[in-house]
Amino acid sequence: MDTQHCQLLIIGGGPGGYVCAIRAGQLGLKTILVEAAHVGGTCLNVGCIPSKALIHAANAFHAQTAPNDLGIVSENVRIDTAQTQAWKNSIVAGLTQGVSGLLKRSNVTVMTGHATILDGKTVRADTQDGPCRITCDALVVATGARPTELSDLPFGGNVISSTEALSLSTVPKTLAVVGGGYIGLEIGTAMAKLGSNVTIVEASDRVLPQYDAALTRPVTARLSALGVDLRVSTKACGLSHSGDLEIEDHGSKSDIPADYILVAVGRTPVTQGFGLENLMLTMAGPYIAVDHVCATSMRGVFAIGDVTGDPMLAHRAMAQGVIVAEHVAGLASRWDKRAVPAVCFTDPELVVVGDLPSDDMATAVFPFAANGRALTMERTDGFVRAVYDPATEAITGLQAVGMGASELSGEFAVAIEMCATLRDVSDTIHAHPTLGEAVQEVAHLGLGHALHI
Amino acid sequence: MPKRPIKLPDVGEGVTEAELVTWHVEIGDVVREDDVIAEVMTDKATVEIPSLFDGKIVALGGEIGEVLAIGADLVEIETDADVPSAQAAEQTRSDPPPNPKLDDPTPPVAPSRPSAAPLRPHRSEGGPALASPAVRARVREAGLELRQIPGTGPAGRITRADVDAYLSLASASSVQSTTARRTGVEEIKVIGLRRKIAERMTAANARIPHITVVEEVDVTALEDLRAKMNATRAEKPKLTLLPLISAALCRALTDHPDMNAHFDDEAGVIRRHGPVHIGIATATEAGLVVPVLRHAEALSLFDCAGEIARLSTAARTGQATREELTGSTITITSLGPLGAIATTPIINPPEVVILGINRMETRPHWDGQGFVPRLKMNLSASFDHRVIDGWNAAVFVERVKALLETPALIFVDA
Repeated sequence: MDTQHCQLLIIGGGPGGYVCAIRAGQLGLKTILVEAAHVGGTCLNVGCIPSKALIHAANAFHAQTAPNDLGIVSENVRIDTAQTQAWKNSIVAGLTQGVSGLLKRSNVTVMTGHATILDGKTVRADTQDGPCRITCDALVVATGARPTELSDLPFGGNVISSTEALSLSTVPKTLAVVGGGYIGLEIGTAMAKLGSNVTIVEASDRVLPQYDAALTRPVTARLSALGVDLRVSTKACGLSHSGDLEIEDHGSKSDIPADYILVAVGRTPVTQGFGLENLMLTMAGPYIAVDHVCATSMRGVFAIGDVTGDPMLAHRAMAQGVIVAEHVAGLASRWDKRAVPAVCFTDPELVVVGDLPSDDMATAVFPFAANGRALTMERTDGFVRAVYDPATEAITGLQAVGMGASELSGEFAVAIEMCATLRDVSDTIHAHPTLGEAVQEVAHLGLGHALHI
Repeated sequence: MPKRPIKLPDVGEGVTEAELVTWHVEIGDVVREDDVIAEVMTDKATVEIPSLFDGKIVALGGEIGEVLAIGADLVEIETDADVPSAQAAEQTRSDPPPNPKLDDPTPPVAPSRPSAAPLRPHRSEGGPALASPAVRARVREAGLELRQIPGTGPAGRITRADVDAYLSLASASSVQSTTARRTGVEEIKVIGLRRKIAERMTAANARIPHITVVEEVDVTALEDLRAKMNATRAEKPKLTLLPLISAALCRALTDHPDMNAHFDDEAGVIRRHGPVHIGIATATEAGLVVPVLRHAEALSLFDCAGEIARLSTAARTGQATREELTGSTITITSLGPLGAIATTPIINPPEVVILGINRMETRPHWDGQGFVPRLKMNLSASFDHRVIDGWNAAVFVERVKALLETPALIFVDA
């Protein structure tokens, strides 16, 4: 068997793994990345990027078909979903090629094949050219997560996960979405805009239950305007005889017609099938327990990304990947982030950075209805919200819900990482007319002198 | 929730101002009625100030060491408690401006000291240490922890300059073990008891022309007596030297009433006191305090010993009451085994005499034929020379010496 040695061996080429590899390569570490499928992982291939492409296509189509006040009249608008898929796939292909190029430029060896951990310093990679034994000084587990399967609704047939939902060659006439989290809402909304009759079934009493009701209210309002049938406090029971979705709502069962049933109830870490259990690592529930440099309980073994738990977000995995590479290279890096921004590409978009409102904190809310740019885009729903320490006026949380609000996530994160106070943001000129003015206004508001409300 | 001030209450007769010595709360703390929020010091007594309501502290009325007038706002508290009594009703004031903000460009006029809301609230104990990612990286690379570094930025944010200052301080202190030159000056704020002591010492030394008389006393007989009494004391408190000296002093004062006096130099009056209230200068962690042994003239030796022990414990634990710390008519100061050969005690005004006790040791004594070992001890007594002439001072010291050398004289009526 072919044998290789490296300083850093990464299993999994998703956003965490490939970023870790690039950074390690930059720092001069001899690095090998083993990926079973395509670099880019869930995010590039079947997650963030394809879903954003689908949402964009859906928005473009919907802009043509929905009644508007702008005087635009379109007739006989139709969508060639095969072409949409081809366009989406070309973006994915371009990005994964780009990542491969970046890895190559950083002198990272990428091996395509399934990896099996033999011990904490040895991995076997089963590549097309045969098995290869790789020994390493440090091992990084970056195997990600997969869609969670429900025992009553196993994947297969017309029960699909987000991966299949993003690759449908036709728009289903009826789509039932099980799970009112961000994945279900994003795909469900896009499909509704493409003309599908969408029903979203959520077990808890509202969608996006990890956020407060004020934040999610504009999203539910829009869902209902788009004709999405939202069933909260409703349990998905399984398939009916006709292949529809059987639900139970306050004890009464009924069927929801569904060409497809999208199960989007969360993501399960990939911790089995590659010898991880041989390491007997300390776990935190289903996830690998890691410390502030992403070190596991075994010396020289690190874990990053979705296998380390929530929030399962690409940018968190990337940040962890950078920390591990720098730590292994001897730099003084560690996880000391104040916030991991979270964005839901719902309609309207929702962005959450830092603390949500609590009794100890003060809150200021500025509505987009008072923002000029929002008015010119016909979308005045939503608001920007600041959560701050009333004593020091240090901002500890920034949230927004509104069309295009996702692009505010950068400013929000910078403000919180820089430990900005209300005064810092209030005294920073924000360009007019932009949605970002609402951020400055919310700071004015917290200081008691809002100008435009 | 409405905000209300809690005012600095009247903490003692005739007291018009008090110094803030301890905050028990920080901004943002939630307090219950009667929780202690601050300690203030007046004259020599430290008084704990309780909260009048349940609520959340939103502003502090000053910094440690600041002197606040009675009735000044001590804290501002956010509370929905109904103001219970007439006295507290006085506490309310018209609604504050809707959003009193810290960086208001036109702050309320506060010429000599900070306004009620501190301009730059620092991060709370245990709160997160705030710093930008670049500053955090610098701190990591220096092998430090953020919480080690004081932040001077808004909201207590740690700036690049704070880290540099901390590092230069750390490197300065790390070379102290070598013979390299040291730089830097440490500033220590003189507050609380220390400031009080400084003020009183300055006043005493500036106003009072001191005359100090040093005399050697043979205490062999006194120590014999003390040893015998201690050997048979049973349950009684252990007799130290102080009760015996206090007894000798009381005895001497019956013949020298001019020494047990207060000199009110502004009124031009000397007040000779009947009772002998002896101030016992006591070293505590915070500094010198002087608890008062009241009516020493009427105490038995063992009662006196018990009372002195009680007072000194109270003083050292900071639990002495205002009454126990005021009203002395004459003061004894003793440094015990460190007592030196001679000292120049500073009078505790408005008293006119302070008696310093120096170290006791065995010294050679010429008895006319040869040297014999005797236990000796010096007395260093300072007198207010404006009202006590040197002759009188010397006679008084001589009298105390005679009593101590022949202790039977203390207790017999001759």
